[in-house]
Amino acid sequence: MKPAAFQYHRAHSVAQAVDLLSELGEDAKIIAGGQSLVAMMNFRLARPASLVDVSGIADLRYVDRGQTLTIGALTTHHDVERRFKSVLSDGYTVIGDAMQWVGHLPIRTRGTIGGSIAHADATAEWCLLAVLLDADIVVASPRGERTIAASDFFFGLYTTALEYDEMIIAVRFPRPAPHAALTEYAQRHGDFAVVAAAADLDVADGEVVSGRVALGGVAPVPIVCDAARASLEFAGPMTPDLAKRCADRIVAELEFDEVATPGGTEYLRGLTHHLVVTALLRAAATESVAA
Amino acid sequence: MTIHAGTSDHLLARGGSWVGTSVRRREDPRLLTGTGRFVDDISLPGMVHAQFVRSTIAAGKILSIDLGAAQSIKGVRAAWDADDLALGNMVATLDRPLTEFVPTEMPILASDTVRFVGEPLAIVVATDQYLAEDALEAVTVRYEPGVAVTTIDEALATGAPLVHEQAAHNTLVDVSLFDSAGTDEAFASAAVVVSVHSKTGRQNALPMETRGALAYWDDRDEQLVLYTCSQVPHLVRTVTARSLGLDERKVRVIVPDMGGGFGIKCVVGREEIAVAAAALRLRRPVKWTEDRREALTASFLAREQRYDVRAAFDETGRLLAIDADVVCDMGAYSCYPFTAAIEPLMASSELPGVYKLPDYRVRGRAIASNKAPSAPYRGVSRPQYVMVVERLMERAARELNIDPVEIRRRNLITVFPYTGVNNITYDPGSYLESLNLCEETLRREGWFDLRDREAGRHIGIGFSCFNERTGYGSAAFAARKMDVVPGFDVSDITMDMDGTVVVTTGTLSHGQSHETTMAQIVADRLGLDIEQVKIHQGDTDRILYGYGSFASRSITIGGSAVALAAVKLGDKLRDMAAHLLDTHIDNVQLDKGRVRRVDDPSVSLSYRQLADIAYAKAHLLPKGLEPGLRASASFDVDNDGTFSNATHGAVVEVFEGTGDVKILRYFCVEDCGVAINPTVVEGQARGGIAQGIAGALFEEVTYDSTGQPLVASFIDYRVPTACEIPDIGIAHLETPCLFTESGAKGAGEGGTIGAPAAILNAVNDALRHTGVELDDTPIPLHAVAAALSRVRTDEKADDD
Repeated sequence: MKPAAFQYHRAHSVAQAVDLLSELGEDAKIIAGGQSLVAMMNFRLARPASLVDVSGIADLRYVDRGQTLTIGALTTHHDVERRFKSVLSDGYTVIGDAMQWVGHLPIRTRGTIGGSIAHADATAEWCLLAVLLDADIVVASPRGERTIAASDFFFGLYTTALEYDEMIIAVRFPRPAPHAALTEYAQRHGDFAVVAAAADLDVADGEVVSGRVALGGVAPVPIVCDAARASLEFAGPMTPDLAKRCADRIVAELEFDEVATPGGTEYLRGLTHHLVVTALLRAAATESVAA
Repeated sequence: MTIHAGTSDHLLARGGSWVGTSVRRREDPRLLTGTGRFVDDISLPGMVHAQFVRSTIAAGKILSIDLGAAQSIKGVRAAWDADDLALGNMVATLDRPLTEFVPTEMPILASDTVRFVGEPLAIVVATDQYLAEDALEAVTVRYEPGVAVTTIDEALATGAPLVHEQAAHNTLVDVSLFDSAGTDEAFASAAVVVSVHSKTGRQNALPMETRGALAYWDDRDEQLVLYTCSQVPHLVRTVTARSLGLDERKVRVIVPDMGGGFGIKCVVGREEIAVAAAALRLRRPVKWTEDRREALTASFLAREQRYDVRAAFDETGRLLAIDADVVCDMGAYSCYPFTAAIEPLMASSELPGVYKLPDYRVRGRAIASNKAPSAPYRGVSRPQYVMVVERLMERAARELNIDPVEIRRRNLITVFPYTGVNNITYDPGSYLESLNLCEETLRREGWFDLRDREAGRHIGIGFSCFNERTGYGSAAFAARKMDVVPGFDVSDITMDMDGTVVVTTGTLSHGQSHETTMAQIVADRLGLDIEQVKIHQGDTDRILYGYGSFASRSITIGGSAVALAAVKLGDKLRDMAAHLLDTHIDNVQLDKGRVRRVDDPSVSLSYRQLADIAYAKAHLLPKGLEPGLRASASFDVDNDGTFSNATHGAVVEVFEGTGDVKILRYFCVEDCGVAINPTVVEGQARGGIAQGIAGALFEEVTYDSTGQPLVASFIDYRVPTACEIPDIGIAHLETPCLFTESGAKGAGEGGTIGAPAAILNAVNDALRHTGVELDDTPIPLHAVAAALSRVRTDEKADDD
């Protein structure tokens, strides 16, 4: 479990990083926290010819609450969970709370939001939050900056809209989500979720007027459930019964591939149902929406 | 942070004796501050690194191995296959007819046939570990793939491909140890017959320190020095010498600190011998450290078994007979020296356990499959058969409408010694007392009330009662008809000129704290402070043949040898002192570092004075006494060994949707005779219970239908962490062993044995309203979820 040989480059600015990526070509990889990449390299499942280490770029580690919420790409999960917790209190607690599900504490102190989204694991909490909350992924390249909507970002298992010479520099969350929650299940604390579910409700006068549910682990990319939109539209107060009906519809429309998970799709359906109900009720309980 | 080793300021709780006191572990300061020395910590000048080319298919023939490209990589020092090294094969045998046991060879490197994914085919050696892995990638192996046997059913199917040609039906072991005359009659006349069909998952014992070896040739000593993390250094020496064609004196095996063994390191591995061979050829130190992927796929595994068992009970719940068929999937090879019989023989002979069983029939088989081979793993079959027997008890209780604890009470052995239908004589234990205390504790803590009160929750309580044979002597191992019969152990003790002592033992600690517990035993025997006693272990040049540490033998057998050696040394001190004090030996006694006259306690000689004479003033020695102060002793057990026992109680809650099992309370009442160091015993129990819980709920090594391992990292092999293991309550009972020197019984394995049964029974209790019963481990969470969801659906249907 030792990686194949690679060249190591250290970038001190975003400009330098993307120039290096451009120069080194498709066999180069960005390394930030290295929490997924290094393990894959040690198994020789990933064998980049070059690594561009961006962890020394100082000005990408921040959480900025302006008109929107912007999180710098090198902000660690633990930063979000602890250091910037107060910045998130105004409508974005779902993001800080979700960090408890990201691996173990040592992983959270090194892994970054940019790395997690670029890695695009189908069960990753950041990917799920990005699609649930309609985040914009801000990327830089030698050609300048562009913004990619989360809904257009994830292509498939570990594949994204990123070009080889592009680097994520920030993730922007355009609107507060005061009634949102993320939950997931794995038998061991800190494992990749078997299924993760997140819900975001729009609430007026204690009634759900619209809402979104996103799922991780049920498809190669995190998905937003169309069925949830329909069943949450002007749905009234959130009740266990409403949550259950919404989950019924979501699960009915899900198409699982033949899965290797013990218990098969029957277990996954039940688990997804349970997690959707939990996420909806928790989302509603974040403020006084529950009936 | 300052960490204090155990010093004399500790209270001597048991009337001035060290034994029975929770002395702080003397090993901990170095282990906790990173100054311990494990194999991988050792680095020698000119050292090179080995890796193994391993089979990528589970079954087939090797057509060719091309090492040329690897050899041409700069920094690669060697690449050798089996033909290059020409090493002798390992063959573990039993003295049983071919109808019962088929011996099979395990080559050090496979040369013709491959039998599992991960099997070593060639060794590459390079100047660093990275280059060694590059070399692995450069090796080309061509195979003619065969059909893999991956399950017990496949192995036993008519016309199944044979893993070993000589083993028909892939059966390596087929023994029917007992078939008592009344068995059929008992089943015919029984008030109730219950059965259990159970499968248990393949597991990895998972020592935190993976296997490893570092070997070099020492010209001056004319010795190959082999550092390796083995529980059985002398056996490694013997097999290495044989395999390499060296005189045994030319191999010295040293085991430094070890990060766990749990049984899989009490067999001789192939890799350490190949590393030794490479070091001999290269005349350079060669090191190999197993990585976690190898540890999970290519090391030794255990525990994959299938039970089909029936039990007959009378109307009062009294057990009348058991009829058991046990099949153990031992993987591709018979391990050395225990053979593939280790699991079926243990299950067959010991299954009746703590219960009075009038009639017993059992067939035990070991089958070969194209999976990494099995070795002993803490508990060896006992976690499995205890689980099965405890399920039988629960099922019979339900059929007969008897409380599940009460039915156990009615069947427990309470009069000792008890000789069972399995011809084993059980020494005294606290079977009933431990069950009563465990049940009372959970009742007093309110768990029964909680379970019965919380209708909306799914809470269950489960127990398991068991004993475990510890202190297997030569007689007990000889009954297995092993070719190599472990059993005795040895100890040497030396007192230096300053009056302090050095003790060497043939057992060795791989985490169990022998440096502390053995010192406690010696300190008591000689009236010393434990700081004046240093324990040495794990070096074949320092002690006569010892059998190492496994089967909970260290304190019972090794500890007795150590005690006897200390007594002999004490006798020598008394002999000397008696002469020097001009009195008879019976008129002097050891007293806190002095030898004192009984009739006039004011007259004494200190150990230091005596040692000074023994070494520096030998001319003063009485006639007939040799200079120096040393003694040796051995200890063996000539009966059936001594049985530790325990009752475990678990309270669990299971959850709808996820099927998750949460352990709300775990309580263990254990009896290992005299606990030399209660804290160490509790550590053993807790660690064991954690491994038992792992087997009950989390861990399984799985393979696909072609024999490819599906578990290669901790992502897939779900070892539970501190987050998943609950706080564990422990109470001690003490029924001293009548024939070990300190009254101790073994304490190393019990935790692991009791946990799966207690957890499985508790989960079934939590599912009692569903009509579903689960008998397999690891308990499939989807099955728990399905059972709960079925009930929910039924309730809904009723509502409609």
